[in-house]
Amino acid sequence: MIIDLPRFIAEERAHWTRLESILDKLESEPEHRLDLAGLKSFHLLYERTSADLAKVATFASEPELLRYLESLVARAYGEIHETRDKAHRLAPRNWLLRTLPQTFRRRVGAFWLAVAITLLGCGFGGIAIQFDSEAREVLMPFGHAQQDPRERVATEESADKDRLEGQKSQFSAWLMTHNIRVSVFTFGLGITFGLGTIIMLFFNGAVLGAVAVDYVLAGETQFLLGWLLPHGVVEIPAILIAGQAGLVLARALIGSARPVGVRERLREASADLVTLIAGVAILLVWAGIVEAFLSQYHEPFVPYWLKIAFGIVELCVLGGFLAFAGRAKAA
Amino acid sequence: MSVASSLQIKTPEGVVFSLILAGPVSRFLAWTIDLACVAAISSILGKLIMLLMLISPDLGGAVRMVLYFAVSIGYGMVLEWKWRGQTVGKKLLRLRVMDEHGLKLRVSQIVVRNLLRGVDALPLLYGVGGVACLLSRRAQRLGDFAANTVVVRTPKIAEPDLDQILGTTFNSLAEHPHLAARLRQRVSPREATAALQALLRRDQLEATARLALFHELAAHFRAAVAFPEEATEGITDEQYVRNVLDILFRRMQTVIATRLPPEPA
Repeated sequence: MIIDLPRFIAEERAHWTRLESILDKLESEPEHRLDLAGLKSFHLLYERTSADLAKVATFASEPELLRYLESLVARAYGEIHETRDKAHRLAPRNWLLRTLPQTFRRRVGAFWLAVAITLLGCGFGGIAIQFDSEAREVLMPFGHAQQDPRERVATEESADKDRLEGQKSQFSAWLMTHNIRVSVFTFGLGITFGLGTIIMLFFNGAVLGAVAVDYVLAGETQFLLGWLLPHGVVEIPAILIAGQAGLVLARALIGSARPVGVRERLREASADLVTLIAGVAILLVWAGIVEAFLSQYHEPFVPYWLKIAFGIVELCVLGGFLAFAGRAKAA
Repeated sequence: MSVASSLQIKTPEGVVFSLILAGPVSRFLAWTIDLACVAAISSILGKLIMLLMLISPDLGGAVRMVLYFAVSIGYGMVLEWKWRGQTVGKKLLRLRVMDEHGLKLRVSQIVVRNLLRGVDALPLLYGVGGVACLLSRRAQRLGDFAANTVVVRTPKIAEPDLDQILGTTFNSLAEHPHLAARLRQRVSPREATAALQALLRRDQLEATARLALFHELAAHFRAAVAFPEEATEGITDEQYVRNVLDILFRRMQTVIATRLPPEPA
């Protein structure tokens, strides 16, 4: 086949320009929907341009034209053959009140698995701290957790000045960013078929279990609850949700009974993963604020009953939100 | 170890795209540029926050910490979203993140591939990601695999200075437009490029080798399309090849340059 190229370009150029303008509109306005006539026209232009590309591809020396048509066809191909839900404009309220809790519930199996792994870790940590004197150094490598609980409580309750004075905001920011990093890493390790996520959850549980048993055995249960509950009831679920996301990623890699390829499973899971991790980040921002501004203050400055009550209220609100928010109302 | 070079996407309409996959070295270089950008942005923000620190050192320090975190984690996500798969480093090295099936790049894909950087960066300098990239058929690091994305190269096609190479002398072959059109149809891109390269490097060739090479090339093009004797009479093999390339490249470029709509941004 021989084409009179100048004539060919002159004849087809209007169609390419029209296709390009439709693509520009679709790409710049994700919520824009074409009507039936517009869709027909779009499809026709795509097919026509594809045919033009096939013709031009046989020529030796028009790389610019070829590249231009390839870019047009590639963009139109992405629009026409895209079968996933179309992207929407960001709607934070809808996302927070509906998408996040719905996604959590849709993937709740992975959450319970994360809870079970963490509880196993807790059991391990609790037993280890009781029977192995070296376990404290391994499981509680941070600051005051290495201290004897009774000594620490005595020190905290007799403190006459605010040891975080002038640093509370920075401490809060550090907690937020550090915990978000750890949570994202826990999620990311799901790519190791979940093994890395499981290790992170188990180790986190082991630390928690060791600290809890250490304080309970020392008779400082009230202090422990007052210290951990205000931020822990948000921070621990956040890490569990990060683990949930990691396990969802692992499940997409490992597969299920459905005859769907790994790439398709990953494609299906990706929006849920992002939703869960964004939820984790929000929870950890709150936990960081509470930990820096409330959890580190003890009696006589803040009564324990108040801190414990605050933690219980937070837990109820969070639990209720995740369990019930975004459910369709009964008719 | 795989040598990933290109990814072909065939549409149901039978049209094939060929995406050139980016290797770990160019990607690493792009990442170092991006790292410098993150450092520069953080430094500028740090200077601005100095004012806030005068009022409240605690609050200023906290804001600086949060902003640095936001920039380091959000830089790739925001730019790849706004610039359709590119960051500053990727733009400079002509790389682009794309959906591996040629579909639209989704925000969730961008977020997932960036969130998994922490794992790809292990144990140091993207060691895991680099190895994964080398082993993958599609040159994907783990984040790309999880997000179903690929990083492709979009090189600018170099346009040789054809006026200098081909000269501006009369081209007798162009007097026969129907045969010139047939020539353009019959000569493949690879053949045309090989002939152009031969012409570009003619001065580096030994005299006898040059004569033999252009004789062979001219014979090849003569076999492809037979021009009338009056069009080829008295011209050397090398001039014949020049005339062929003039038809294949320069005349088409002129036509395309004047008629092609502007390339999309």
